[in-house]
Amino acid sequence: MRITFKTSYDPDINLFKDSIHKFQYIFLLFFSAILPFFLDDYYLGEIALILIWSIAGMGLMVLVGHSGQVSLGHAAFMAVGAYSVIILQIKLGLPFLIALPIAGFLSSLLGILIAIPTAKLHGIYLAILTLAVSILVEDIIVLAEPLTGGVNGIFAPDIEIFSVNFNRYGNIDRLYWLILFFTTLLVIIYKNILRSPLGRSFAAVRDSEISALAIGVNVARVRTVAFAISCFITGIAGAFFGHFVTVFNYETFNVVLSINLLLMIVIGGLGSIHGAFFGAIIVGVLPILISLSRDRFLDGLGINLMNFPGLETGLFSLILILFILFEPFGIYGRWLKIRTYFQLFPLYRKDMFKRQKSYLKTERVR
Amino acid sequence: MEILQLLLSGFASGCVYGLIALGFVLIYKATEAVNFAQGDMMMFGAFITIWLTNSDYNGLPFWLSVPIMMLIMGSFGYLIERIFLRQVIGQSQIAIAILTIALGFILRFVAGAIWGHEPHYLESPMVGKNIYFYQAVLGMAEIFVILVTIFLTFILYVFFARTKLGVSMVAASQNQLAAFYVGIPVNKMQSFAWVIAGILAGIAGMLFSAKGSVDPITGLLGIKAFAAAVIGGFGSLPGALVGGLIIGLIEPFSGRYLPSGFSHLVPYIVLVLVLILRPHGLFSQVSIKKV
Repeated sequence: MRITFKTSYDPDINLFKDSIHKFQYIFLLFFSAILPFFLDDYYLGEIALILIWSIAGMGLMVLVGHSGQVSLGHAAFMAVGAYSVIILQIKLGLPFLIALPIAGFLSSLLGILIAIPTAKLHGIYLAILTLAVSILVEDIIVLAEPLTGGVNGIFAPDIEIFSVNFNRYGNIDRLYWLILFFTTLLVIIYKNILRSPLGRSFAAVRDSEISALAIGVNVARVRTVAFAISCFITGIAGAFFGHFVTVFNYETFNVVLSINLLLMIVIGGLGSIHGAFFGAIIVGVLPILISLSRDRFLDGLGINLMNFPGLETGLFSLILILFILFEPFGIYGRWLKIRTYFQLFPLYRKDMFKRQKSYLKTERVR
Repeated sequence: MEILQLLLSGFASGCVYGLIALGFVLIYKATEAVNFAQGDMMMFGAFITIWLTNSDYNGLPFWLSVPIMMLIMGSFGYLIERIFLRQVIGQSQIAIAILTIALGFILRFVAGAIWGHEPHYLESPMVGKNIYFYQAVLGMAEIFVILVTIFLTFILYVFFARTKLGVSMVAASQNQLAAFYVGIPVNKMQSFAWVIAGILAGIAGMLFSAKGSVDPITGLLGIKAFAAAVIGGFGSLPGALVGGLIIGLIEPFSGRYLPSGFSHLVPYIVLVLVLILRPHGLFSQVSIKKV
């Protein structure tokens, strides 16, 4: 274990703990950047999709993991991002680099519109409200047919940046780099928000609203800002998702996607950026694993998985249940424990991460 | 007469929503958790009724298969509580909500794997029998649904308001630790709530399958029932029924008088409006703590 000798307050809020820590992430970035030279197009596409899910997961993580508000409707914000980036490009002829932030802002506008009147809603009520919003947005997309193509869906044009073309089927490696660039950018922004006063007030509101009020945090404002940031990031994820799948309609962004997003970040580990990425990796890798195991093993045994539609979701849910029962902090929590075990070897104790036993109290009496 | 007809059919489907909502409220009242799998449990109950009753499967007489189904669903609820929910007792509502969402997905998958994805119909003795009421047609099944729902709501209301067991269940949800101190077996209360919720889901499923077709996606009806429970104010049993009736009545009327496409938006718009204007539902159960 490395001990840092702190002589000022800066090391507490620095992005990287020390130079090794910094080197690890730069190496990870470098490794991700050279992937297109090794992988074929299919796997590169899957990894690009994982990155898109990670962005969406980060968006939801701001809200659920860091400011403690649960949303079951984030597919709606992805939908707003996806539709607006494409409509802005087709109907108004805006270039991608301008349409992308506008799409994010439109999505975050919807988030603010939801957050302001519902500042008093808590926990389960907010989850239900966002669920209803998700269903409403799905129906509104169908109704707004002249703009969105309704049931038939909408066709995404190629991305053009300074006359460089990005297309999923033509040159997936360029699209991958573009998505990687924006993912990195968003991670840096997110990380910086977390160490700013705003990020600290997110955590304060999440952990105890009453204490947050007492130390002078404007709870309603912080919650609205959290919604806005969350929806902005999710909108960007939606925009990339729209360009990635190239053809989509209202059904792409249904309630099940919203729920899956939430399940994803819970598996990954709530309250950390890593969690969003781990969750996205699970979501991306699971279908590949299922199809691989189908080809390799099960066909030989005479088991045909095609008879069981929804197997992926079923398996995913089972993994999630196991995580909630045995590792409530998700994959990232497990990773922290393993890392601490090796860092402190042989001093690690079993109860090191144990939290105080909690007892539920009603929300109906305050 | 058209209005009367819409009113009656809305009333009947509202009762089914109300029944599922009762299941939500029951678990919420007794364990302070929200069971997102209630709709899927209802779907499961419907399939079990069909599996017991229909001549393709077991061909039992309807009046015999209903108690068997209630027994199966009751033990099913108990098992879910013992295996999964007991482990997370005391954890935050959100963890439990996510757990039950995942359970719902698994139930949907299991039902699809066992019974397939095509719609199933129940061969109940009520099929095809109609009653004419001021020129409005009302199926036997619908009358049955309405009567059973009102009866169950009444029984549950009395149970929670008057019996010792009911009151101690409410106490266990309001403050687990305090309830434990005064000698209420909190774990047993939670098991018991899930057994009742399982049976309720089974009855709702049986009634639903008596009215129409069932397939594994039917469980998503739970979202509408959810809206019903919230409109009524989570935690109020009569409120759940009223919320269910509101949703049930809104649907046929908006389907008839609004342009197509808008009709199934209306229940959710009502839900959003209720949440914004009366954040804790029409029959709010929230009270300020007295010191």
